Amino acid sequence: MSARNWVVAFLALLALGPLVLPEFHITLLNYIGLYALVALGLVLLTGVGGLTSFGQAAFVGIGAYTSAYLTTTEGLPDFVAWVGVSPWLTLPAAILLTVAVAAVLGLLTLRLSGHYLPLGTIAWGMSLYFLFGNVSFLGGHTGVSGIPAISLFGVELKDGRYFYYLIWLMVLAALWATQNLLDSREGRAIRALKGGAVMAEAMGVDTARSKLVIFLIAAAFAAVSGWLYAHLQRFVNPTPFGLHIGIEYLFMAVIGGAGHVWGALLGAGLITILKQWLQDLLPRIFGASGNFEIIVFGLLMIFVLHRARDGLWPVIRRLAPLRGARRKVESAGPLGRRTKPAAGSVVLEVKDAVKKFGGLTANNHMSLSVRAGEILALIGPNGAGKSTLFNLITGVDPPTAGEVHFLGGRVDGLASREIARRGMSRTFQHVRLLATMSVLENVAIGAHLRGGGGVMAAALRLERAEEGRLLAEAARQIERVGLAEHVFDAAGSLALGQQRTVEIARALAADPSLLLLDEPAAGLRYLEKQALAELLGRLRDEGMGILLVEHDMDFVMGLADRVVVMEFGEKIAEGLPEEVQGNPDVIEAYLGGVD
Amino acid sequence: MDLQIALLLSQDGIVNGAIYALLALALVLVFAVTRVIFIPQGEFVAFGALTLAGFQAGKVPGTLWLLIGLGAAIAIVEVVIAMRSGALRRLTSALGWNLGYPAVAAAVVFLGEPVSWPLFVQVVLALAMVVPLGPMVYRLAYQPLLSASVLVLLIVSVAVHLTLVGLGLLFFGAEGSRTPAFSEASFEIGGVVVTGQTLWVVGASAVLIVVLYLFFERSLWGKALRATAINRTGARLMGISSTQAGKLSFVLAAAIGALSGILIAPITTVYYDTGFLIGLKGFVAAIVGGLASYPIAAAGAILVGLLESFSSFWASAFKEVIVFTLIIPVLVWRSLTTRHVEEEE
Repeated sequence: MSARNWVVAFLALLALGPLVLPEFHITLLNYIGLYALVALGLVLLTGVGGLTSFGQAAFVGIGAYTSAYLTTTEGLPDFVAWVGVSPWLTLPAAILLTVAVAAVLGLLTLRLSGHYLPLGTIAWGMSLYFLFGNVSFLGGHTGVSGIPAISLFGVELKDGRYFYYLIWLMVLAALWATQNLLDSREGRAIRALKGGAVMAEAMGVDTARSKLVIFLIAAAFAAVSGWLYAHLQRFVNPTPFGLHIGIEYLFMAVIGGAGHVWGALLGAGLITILKQWLQDLLPRIFGASGNFEIIVFGLLMIFVLHRARDGLWPVIRRLAPLRGARRKVESAGPLGRRTKPAAGSVVLEVKDAVKKFGGLTANNHMSLSVRAGEILALIGPNGAGKSTLFNLITGVDPPTAGEVHFLGGRVDGLASREIARRGMSRTFQHVRLLATMSVLENVAIGAHLRGGGGVMAAALRLERAEEGRLLAEAARQIERVGLAEHVFDAAGSLALGQQRTVEIARALAADPSLLLLDEPAAGLRYLEKQALAELLGRLRDEGMGILLVEHDMDFVMGLADRVVVMEFGEKIAEGLPEEVQGNPDVIEAYLGGVD
Repeated sequence: MDLQIALLLSQDGIVNGAIYALLALALVLVFAVTRVIFIPQGEFVAFGALTLAGFQAGKVPGTLWLLIGLGAAIAIVEVVIAMRSGALRRLTSALGWNLGYPAVAAAVVFLGEPVSWPLFVQVVLALAMVVPLGPMVYRLAYQPLLSASVLVLLIVSVAVHLTLVGLGLLFFGAEGSRTPAFSEASFEIGGVVVTGQTLWVVGASAVLIVVLYLFFERSLWGKALRATAINRTGARLMGISSTQAGKLSFVLAAAIGALSGILIAPITTVYYDTGFLIGLKGFVAAIVGGLASYPIAAAGAILVGLLESFSSFWASAFKEVIVFTLIIPVLVWRSLTTRHVEEEE
């Protein structure tokens, strides 16, 4: 069956459910829907973005309590009282408040390296839970009761059988929007987070913003789930918003398959049903009451992380293979191109750049310039400071002293994505591709700054025309570097030399004025090297400035217009390839002195 | 608030802070050596206290079953691995420890009469039951994931925490226990009554911190752990096995946790899930130290203890809210002072 048929079958079953199932099963499905909504946010956050939160239950709580408070409290001041009139007005209020709280927490914790965020979420998850239980206007540990039911087209959704449709409509809308988002320019930026911030930033992605975006989306999904919960139960107390439930949400996402939107649904279903069953079974086995199911959940989780770290969804996918979903890149109009500097004009100028790491001077008064339509090769023994200089120029690490000018403007001290925006693009010495993404998508990340479609537009598929142009451009660049037959292959399945070439295509997709290549020929075979040299020569003729770091002397000497030689962080020679080759200092640096 | 109350609260805060300091040290140690954020630390606190309470009540503590169960599980895993690789000779020592040790422990508990033994012996026996659980948990849950990311290890930690809490409920029941004080003495200093147990807690913590310091500075094993913490690959090239270092750090963490539990059991009623909150407060302290600095983590622990005792006076309902919200300014401060640069792989 094709993917579409599976989805249609699933939707049909979902729609028929309440007509045939007994009350108990509908209640269970309602809860699965509520949990899936939260787990979906975690898929985006954890599986796709590589961030983790144990505190989602607290966001569900904020959503639920906001609506509960606004719809049940008498005598609110006029400027908020009107919101409490209908749950449909408290829904945006619940989302807004939750997202606002998440924004504050996110701004505080997302900047920190990996594990601080989850630790932070544990702490504020606890903190918010205790807050719910101790604030008198939220009813303390007894909670809030008498929450009104939701009306839809004049029908009060008091029966779980009707509420079911509302819940699953929301779940499916969220699934659809998330799927769309991931399959877009913004989505690629989010998926690039896992490939490391340096690469994403070099392609112009604002990684801090991308992280915040998924954190806020996850919080918003949680808020919607909380709102639904409050009006389904028509009663809230702090218990379902505690840390242990937050942990359970994460388990759902991880066990289901945190990298896949359907994994959220699978995980929520599995855990909910399993919990129901175990809560019934275990107390009878152990002869005591208590939430013993956490023992099984804990063990299951450890087992899944040991044996199937990507969760169960990929395992199931393998059992029910889909018919090949090999896509075709639709041809689309060209993207806008930037005005290129005139051939021969100076594109990049490094003046007296100094970089010190503590007591070590990695770059000492380095100067060089690259013109449009010129290939400048930067060579030198290992440890000469070439990569450090690359990092100074591209903004990964600012220089200690000195200046970098690019296209007439000073760029030292700017963020690398800002420098990328001005038309500088690079490849990495250690290949930084997203192994599981296709070559096409990897290259499209390079064109990130040439599109402008936002998160909302992507979720609602309003940016398809631009998306088509971005993908067509990526396909063009892939063809240009000679990898046309690998467009849809996973980038990680290519040979190392080909992966380097994909990096060049990705850099070209940015339509740069200056290309920085860090050892592009390493790992290439002879014929591939020739093809690469030919490509670089063509780019030069089109007016591109190229700065090349390379170890392969035959490659460099046959291709470069000028060569700069570095040793111990300093420039020891500069000139035409043949001049440099005859320079005694250079020969000494490479072959050692003759005493 | 007068001076008397302030002194009383400070005393309370310092006692709790001393425990948090111990736990914070263990957390920093485990994280530095293994990159595991050891959420289940708190369970060892509860297990230590409840095992001692079990002996004193003349019951067989559930930790014995856990010891036997984990030992058997490891034995099975080792046998399977040995059969696959054909290295059956190495099996003897693994089976000896994992089946033999729990058997000896069971014999002592069942044949002896721990209820009639002196407190000190009971404490040693409780430690002997709980401490081996540390390296056993490491072997089963963490060792197979040696190369996993910090995030995966953290999720495993949370899973281990849940499993142990659930088992704690199963073994010890929902009722809490309190053990008799180590010392009934009490002194009056400046109008404030200081109990012997208070001095025990603070004194034992101080001694333990000094012992740990000497261990890390003077002993070969301590230096091996420090080397692993600084550079895993480098340490391995010097012949220090990451796995052994990991196990050792878990032994220390379990010992520190169990001892903390035994120290506080006379002061507060310990339930099967008490450890989690205590452990988390140790965490707040460890994060103050950036999960890297021992002295700052210890100072942070005292701060957490004081904050807790003073806020329980002024706004007792919001005690936990205040303590856990402390982490936010701490994280902000951390984020402003550390610049995270991605490592070149």
